[in-house]
Amino acid sequence: MNRIKELFKRKQEDVLNIYFTAGYPNLDSTQKILKNLSKLDVDIVEIGMPYSDPLADGPTIQASGQKALKNGMKLDLLFDQISEARQLSDLPMIMMGYFNQVMQYGEEQFFTKAKDSGVDGFILPDMPLHVYEQEFKTLFEDLDLGISFLISPQTDTERIFKIDELCRGFIYMVSSASITGAKKGISEQQINYFKRIKDLKLKTPRLIGFGISNHETFSKACEYASGAVIGSAFIKALDKENSLEDNIINFISSIRNDKIVSI
Amino acid sequence: MNKYKEHIEIDSRGYYGEFGGAYIPEMLYGNIEEIRKKYVQLWNDEAFKKEFDQLLKDYVGRPSPLFLAERLSERYQTNIYLKREDLNHTGSHKINNTIGQILLAKKLNKKRIIAETGAGQHGVATATVCALMGLECIVYMGAVDIERQAPNVSRMKMLGAEVRPALSGSKTLKDATNEAIRDWINNPLDTHYIIGSVVGPHPYPDMVAKFQSVISEEIQVQLAEKTGNKNPDAIIACVGGGSNAAGAFYHYLNEQEVRLIAVEAAGLGVDSGESAATSKLGSKGVIHGSKTLLMQTTDGQIIEPYSISAGLDYPGIGPLHAHIISSGRAEAYSVTDEEALKAAVLATRLEGIIPALETAHAFAALEKIKFEKNEVVVLNVSGRGDKDLANYIKYLESYE
Ligand SMILES: Cc1ncc(COP(=O)(O)O)c(C=O)c1O
Repeated sequence: MNRIKELFKRKQEDVLNIYFTAGYPNLDSTQKILKNLSKLDVDIVEIGMPYSDPLADGPTIQASGQKALKNGMKLDLLFDQISEARQLSDLPMIMMGYFNQVMQYGEEQFFTKAKDSGVDGFILPDMPLHVYEQEFKTLFEDLDLGISFLISPQTDTERIFKIDELCRGFIYMVSSASITGAKKGISEQQINYFKRIKDLKLKTPRLIGFGISNHETFSKACEYASGAVIGSAFIKALDKENSLEDNIINFISSIRNDKIVSI
Repeated sequence: MNKYKEHIEIDSRGYYGEFGGAYIPEMLYGNIEEIRKKYVQLWNDEAFKKEFDQLLKDYVGRPSPLFLAERLSERYQTNIYLKREDLNHTGSHKINNTIGQILLAKKLNKKRIIAETGAGQHGVATATVCALMGLECIVYMGAVDIERQAPNVSRMKMLGAEVRPALSGSKTLKDATNEAIRDWINNPLDTHYIIGSVVGPHPYPDMVAKFQSVISEEIQVQLAEKTGNKNPDAIIACVGGGSNAAGAFYHYLNEQEVRLIAVEAAGLGVDSGESAATSKLGSKGVIHGSKTLLMQTTDGQIIEPYSISAGLDYPGIGPLHAHIISSGRAEAYSVTDEEALKAAVLATRLEGIIPALETAHAFAALEKIKFEKNEVVVLNVSGRGDKDLANYIKYLESYE
């Protein structure tokens, strides 16, 4: 069974999904980060494919992508890195990127290659629903791959139900009208939106992402969804002075129990 | 006649053939839908059309003249008519679109306007309509372009707009567009994004083409008056994203006997690695929410373009142009920096018209295409060259 599906069968709360940019800070950081995360209390990893023009991303993810591209990150290399990490880990792995990258690789080759490398699902924020439905839905079913579409505070109810129908794995709930990047906290208005979506009783589990950055915002998000995604804050943590391994350990424990304060 | 439809009518999802569509993150879906539902309704609404036409007439100064350029015609041994979009208020065709979109923004109750700009002409045109309507205006402009199109930055400031530098990538038009889109994602409720060309997600390419279509509507009437035939043999326009070309081609798309000639910026040369000749160097992909032709690596990373002309320095073209060029309906030529500079001086000295550097590329195409003596050629003078004087003077001095 698909590892994402399996996870949500087992666990419906406090799911921690960590996003990082492949090839950052160094080209071979990808495998190291994957290896470390699979030893920690992390449920899903989202591997960002660095892109020249990431429209939905804030400064932190943009900068990490630029650096990764400078380091020489390429899709074929990334597939090799994921295959290597997959030998050592059963952690659900998702690839996140932009549709142009998939198009240039050749969509079918891309999805098949990813599956063969051990990838379980995808987030492609600029892939239209109808393109997925018409061109890839059958392929995803055949390959048993996950796909997560986004919903935002502006997504209307009819469309949310349609997205609920199409998602395989989980729905990616964008916490506010914004690009990625750590924000201060979670507002009253956001809580109302979280509640509104929760009350729809969707069949697909939801993870809340964008602006989740610490124990407090993570816990808050978990009250209204199965879990949350942390990206920019994790990438920033990688830049701290300690070893990559220590930075990762410190960050994840700070999210999970807030006892070890990140240095 | 459906041949007409074949070329300009988008399908229900906004595709011209295989190009177009709306490849946008969910956060923009609501905004795009709101515009998609409104613009066709407005375009078909008599009251809206009247308001739009009135502003074009009284504020922009339309119709813009169609001028028989006798000395240029003599030089190239043909009949060259110049469509004078440079005489519009603010000095380029860009104002046609910003008038249309500011009226739309008002109907949608938007309070805040954002725009991207390359040459600064679209930024100025947006700042102008915002001043006219009393709306807040923020213009994103690549840091490199802020430097090389300084006069327009001052104009925008004078008009009360805030100019925000885009610091990523090659710090030019593509990057300014990225920043504008990110701003829109962050401010979806109160903000309207006035895109400056026939690029971006559906419905922008079609909407901007419609607002610019007044150019060819007028050419038809003016040419019939002057020559007895509303159709020229050829229309020449420069293409950055493609809005002045879309406007000049629009009503001729189905007139198969009219040659449509799109001129792109080759920068230092098509194969120099420093170019913006998208139809030559590009392949199918997605840029700024639209499936079109763009310059990219085999890994799908967008390549930073280069042209001396900030308005043509863009790695994509609008989906309409991708469609009409790849289907053979339009011809694409490319012109280098050097050729454009030379053509700008020639047009100035022969006709007393200082064209924008963008437009200079269209003039330079006259060197590359042989027209017959009895043929009629319309060249769209998309803008005036005041903003480019520093470049022109430098060029002249290098020859003295
Ligand atoms: C005078 C002028 N012409 C042409 C262009 C290119 O844009 P488009 O291809 O949309 O007409 C610009 C853009 O800045 C411009 O200022």
